[in-house]
Amino acid sequence: MTSGMEIVWQQRNVMLHGLATTIELSLVSLLLAALLGTGIFAALIHRAKPVRFAAVALVDAMRCIPFMLVAYLLYYGAPSAGLTMDNVTVGIVALSLYHASYMAELLRGAWKELPKDTVDAGIAFGFHGVGLLRIVLPPVVIAAVPMLGNQFIQIIKDSAFLIIIAVEELTFSANAIQSIYYVPFASFVCAVLCYWMLCLMVEGGVKAFSVKTALRR
Amino acid sequence: MQEGDYLALLTGAWTTLAIALPAIAMGAPLGLALALIRWRKIPVLGTIAAILVSLFRATPSVTLVLLVYYAVPQIGIQLAELPAAIITLTLGTMAYTCEIWRGALMAFPRDQYDAAMAMGMTRGLRFRLIVLPQIARASLPALVNEMTLLIKVTPAAAVIGLVEITRAAVRVGAETYQPLPPFLVALVIYAVIIGTLVGLQRYLEHRQTRALAI
Repeated sequence: MTSGMEIVWQQRNVMLHGLATTIELSLVSLLLAALLGTGIFAALIHRAKPVRFAAVALVDAMRCIPFMLVAYLLYYGAPSAGLTMDNVTVGIVALSLYHASYMAELLRGAWKELPKDTVDAGIAFGFHGVGLLRIVLPPVVIAAVPMLGNQFIQIIKDSAFLIIIAVEELTFSANAIQSIYYVPFASFVCAVLCYWMLCLMVEGGVKAFSVKTALRR
Repeated sequence: MQEGDYLALLTGAWTTLAIALPAIAMGAPLGLALALIRWRKIPVLGTIAAILVSLFRATPSVTLVLLVYYAVPQIGIQLAELPAAIITLTLGTMAYTCEIWRGALMAFPRDQYDAAMAMGMTRGLRFRLIVLPQIARASLPALVNEMTLLIKVTPAAAVIGLVEITRAAVRVGAETYQPLPPFLVALVIYAVIIGTLVGLQRYLEHRQTRALAI
């Protein structure tokens, strides 16, 4: 087992490359999912019924299926629709699309908890559309940050599924080292510890944010 | 898509359930055990339980299933794909349900426990008759939610070669060169499974509120 750890240490560049890819993928996807999720959220609470209906159908469908199904569909389906993307792009698009629905649902949950006075006041002052969102969103986001942190952890965990479309993320790296040197225990334990560290960092960040916003109030 | 393709997807659904149901059946009681260890604040074991929960909650199922499938045979235990997948998801479910059970235990009214003690009930009896029925009722919605999450990580088993719903859909898509139809069928199957779970939860809750009303 010690020799296994030594081999992983010798191959640390492969591991670090995987870790960097996982962080990069997850961060970009988090950002895109948040943007897209805000858009879907706006559709969920839209005045026009067809818009609302379409958004609810999308969110419900995404919440029913596993992430891997979306990744596979994009990977195999996009080329036949005339879109050629490399593996990493497919991974980012799949992660963003899938988690945008969850983000929208989180925002809607936070929105429902919000006192309606803010919205009414905004409307009374003649705000609508984007202008209204600019007033209403900040407190919604502050209330949603702990849940967004959890969603970020879900994104990091889901990014491991991208091994199946050969994205060179952390699990892919661990598996590559494992298959060449046959040190499954050391390489996967190392990957697991990396994921754990990432998640603890996200949890720590969320906690620091909550303390800070609580102090400001 | 032809008849055989639908059959392949339904066989995949069977595999998905064969992974998920044992995992929840073993993971939920194990989670309860961990939650009780943390609740009782047993010195060393409590810390170990907390670390295990944090670790398994952070670990992607894909990574864990590869670890279990490739590393366990190294210590001399032969492990087929299905048991490896079940063990993996059991560990994850254990960690998540531990937090659910612990939440219910923390919210449990202390006076009831003291009253049971005053009536001379033994520790086992107190737990079985007073605590367990109430925390089970309180945890039910969260447990069902956890089951739906569990269904959504079962495709992790595909990386070690098990053909569950997602993998079956991909195969059919590759054979027919049309990924969309099997994808939609898979979506319907998942929706049916998750819908059944949510329906079951509503039924149980309904029955409970009726039983309490009488």
